[in-house]
Amino acid sequence: MSDKPIDRRAISRRDLLKTAGAAGAAALIPGAAGAKEAPASVADTAAVRAGPAAAAAAPAGPLMNLTAAETELLSAMVDRLIPSDDMGPGALEAGALRYIDRALSEAESDSVEAYRIGLAALDRYARYSRGAPFLELSDEDKDSVLIDVQLGGATGAGVGFVGSSGAFFNMVKSHTWQGVFGDPMYGGNIDFIGWDLIGYPGARMRVSEQDQRELEAGQLPPARRSAYDYGQFQLIRGEED
Amino acid sequence: MPRQLRSADVVVVGLGAAGGVSVQPLAEAGLDVVGLEAGTWLDRRDFAPDEIRNNYRDWPMLVKKTFNERMTSRATEEQSANRIGGHPMMNAVGGTTLHYWAQSWRLNPWDFRVVSETRRRYGAGRLPAGSTVEDWPFGYEELEPYYDRVEREIGVSGQAGNVRGDIDRRGNRFEGPRQRAYPMRPLRWTAYLERMADAARSLGWHAFPGPAAINSEAYQGRPGCGYHGFCSSGGCPLDAKNSPHLTTIPRALETGNLRVVPRAHVTTIEVDSSGRTTGVNYVTGNEEFFQPARVVLIAGYTYENVRLLLLSKSRAYPEGLANNHGQVGRHYLSHHQGAGVGALLPYDTGAWYGLPAQGVAVDDFADDNFDHSGLDFIGGGNLWAMSDRRPISAASMGTYGRGRNWGSAWKRFIRENVDRTHSFYIQKTTLPYEDNYLDLDPQYTDELGLPVIRITAQYKDNERAIAAYMQDRAEEWYRELGALEITRGGLGNTMGASTHAYGGTRMGDDPETNVVDRWGFAHEAPNLGVLGASVMGTSGARNPTLTVQALAWRTAQHLVDAWRDIAE
Repeated sequence: MSDKPIDRRAISRRDLLKTAGAAGAAALIPGAAGAKEAPASVADTAAVRAGPAAAAAAPAGPLMNLTAAETELLSAMVDRLIPSDDMGPGALEAGALRYIDRALSEAESDSVEAYRIGLAALDRYARYSRGAPFLELSDEDKDSVLIDVQLGGATGAGVGFVGSSGAFFNMVKSHTWQGVFGDPMYGGNIDFIGWDLIGYPGARMRVSEQDQRELEAGQLPPARRSAYDYGQFQLIRGEED
Repeated sequence: MPRQLRSADVVVVGLGAAGGVSVQPLAEAGLDVVGLEAGTWLDRRDFAPDEIRNNYRDWPMLVKKTFNERMTSRATEEQSANRIGGHPMMNAVGGTTLHYWAQSWRLNPWDFRVVSETRRRYGAGRLPAGSTVEDWPFGYEELEPYYDRVEREIGVSGQAGNVRGDIDRRGNRFEGPRQRAYPMRPLRWTAYLERMADAARSLGWHAFPGPAAINSEAYQGRPGCGYHGFCSSGGCPLDAKNSPHLTTIPRALETGNLRVVPRAHVTTIEVDSSGRTTGVNYVTGNEEFFQPARVVLIAGYTYENVRLLLLSKSRAYPEGLANNHGQVGRHYLSHHQGAGVGALLPYDTGAWYGLPAQGVAVDDFADDNFDHSGLDFIGGGNLWAMSDRRPISAASMGTYGRGRNWGSAWKRFIRENVDRTHSFYIQKTTLPYEDNYLDLDPQYTDELGLPVIRITAQYKDNERAIAAYMQDRAEEWYRELGALEITRGGLGNTMGASTHAYGGTRMGDDPETNVVDRWGFAHEAPNLGVLGASVMGTSGARNPTLTVQALAWRTAQHLVDAWRDIAE
């Protein structure tokens, strides 16, 4: 049994076109240089395996869909949502950024602008309200800024959130949770960090009555497999259009 | 001009829960049947246990017809209608039964006789003001043989509570009499579900396992359920969920009398000058076809059936097919399933590998199973406690006022409590009202430029009173279970789009108030049949699909039996 998710990510023709389009667009944006080799450089599995400290120290490289500066901001925000602490690794180690970046090339491609605008507004709000860029704030101040953003308190003319700041917060939180607690096939939940955090014993095809009793006794060992490690499942098929 | 195809005896529009069942009796009787399906064939290789795909990336809408025709919704005519973001009804061979929860209930006898039973027991004054509810044109006993047939043909597991009048305490004592037991034992219970059943019994209630179109053991050459936990919006990788695409459709194909045409998006139904249907127009890719048939059966979802009729305007039917009495779109209702109740418990529930159809039901407060003399409503709700949990949604749980839902403190909270929540799914009697209806939206269209459905509907006092009463019962149950915290949802206002949508082509003897007759054929166009929950005039307090399938079988069987009268 593998202890590492095998990336059998299936890419449809349409996804390839979309990815090519997004990468092409990113290449035109200053600061997005190096987009082509980006996927491997983001929250790289090897760096993560070297431990949370190494992962945190590793610069968050440019993503396919965001500039280096945007990536730094997003990284700092995601790090506060599920931090690495004495309870174990957090969202960054779990690959949430890699998940979000891939999602922005595919299913969530309509959200790229919302990230751009929202991250800029987050930083602007930090400067206006706390007198410093978000990245330079202490963890406590970052959290208090994020609470304002979550509750809609950062909404207002001049800050730049589209609609309520809470909508931006909820979008990032939702994608982060997908990246941490979703199937590793999508680039997140590295080493099953998310599933281990909540004690989910993993994707299985069959759960016998004996398995259920072990689960109830807290003795069911984690499967540590992606759904796509079971070999039965083919490509994600979307409508051709 | 659309390309004209060879004529068929019967064209069935949509091969989901209803159409997918109807093709078996039709094809087995030797009729030449064409099944047009907007979606495609999918199989167990497509059904990965993948929460991101199933529950966050709209996998059910992978064929875009449902998405492109998503409805608009408003509570009342005074409001402007907003377009909904998406809808989980699926276009595929087998339809939404590929990913549904598969609870397969029979309606209770009261649901067929709401008007006469309410009058008899409480007086006519107890019927809610403004409701257009009627008795069904027949009672439970008429549908019983078809329930029985479908339970065996597709495979339903469950515990009988009333076999020919003999009450079995392990099952639902309130169910109508059935001619025999289910073909399979019920799905298993977990330790937590046993605890819930014990708590219900200590309150004096009758707890029993619910019925499911899911194999509890090997059946018809397919295996029993794997309890893997991805049944909600997910297909079954073991073929243990008994969709028509595994059961009735293959059997119809084996006769050689059914042709399945996938990716066929039906746009309109054609009629001749006398008002009889002559066939349907459909689009596949960029090509247009006309499929002639002697009988047309429409078997889309409620919104699709109503829309197809309203879009099929002609000299004979200027306001839409079979709508010369203005009844298409009327008597609409969305099942009241909201107003939920949730709890935080002081112990783990072991729910990671359950499924929504695996659970404990209490029917003591459904339908007219209890005395309503001192109450201000009729009907009630079915309490359903299921075992179902997946990691992303579980980690997104509310914190019951115990701190914010992110950060280091949250990590501690979620590690302790992620498997300690439970929520009730309470399906409630919902009635049709004179000002709740479906029509064509004046503004929004699909990708072909055809208007989408507009829902104008809201819950009324009767539904809200049931909701409040059932929330009290749910809270009692959670208190008995030792809940630490209990939350209650709002009682309901706008009906909105639903996966339990009924009416719009209601079945009844009176053509002034009903679109189809007691057999499911249009009063105005006798060779047009309608299959699906759009013919149902009451919801009951439980899932509609088995009733939809029993009705579909019955309509198809009637067509076979009365072929000459209907087709010629």
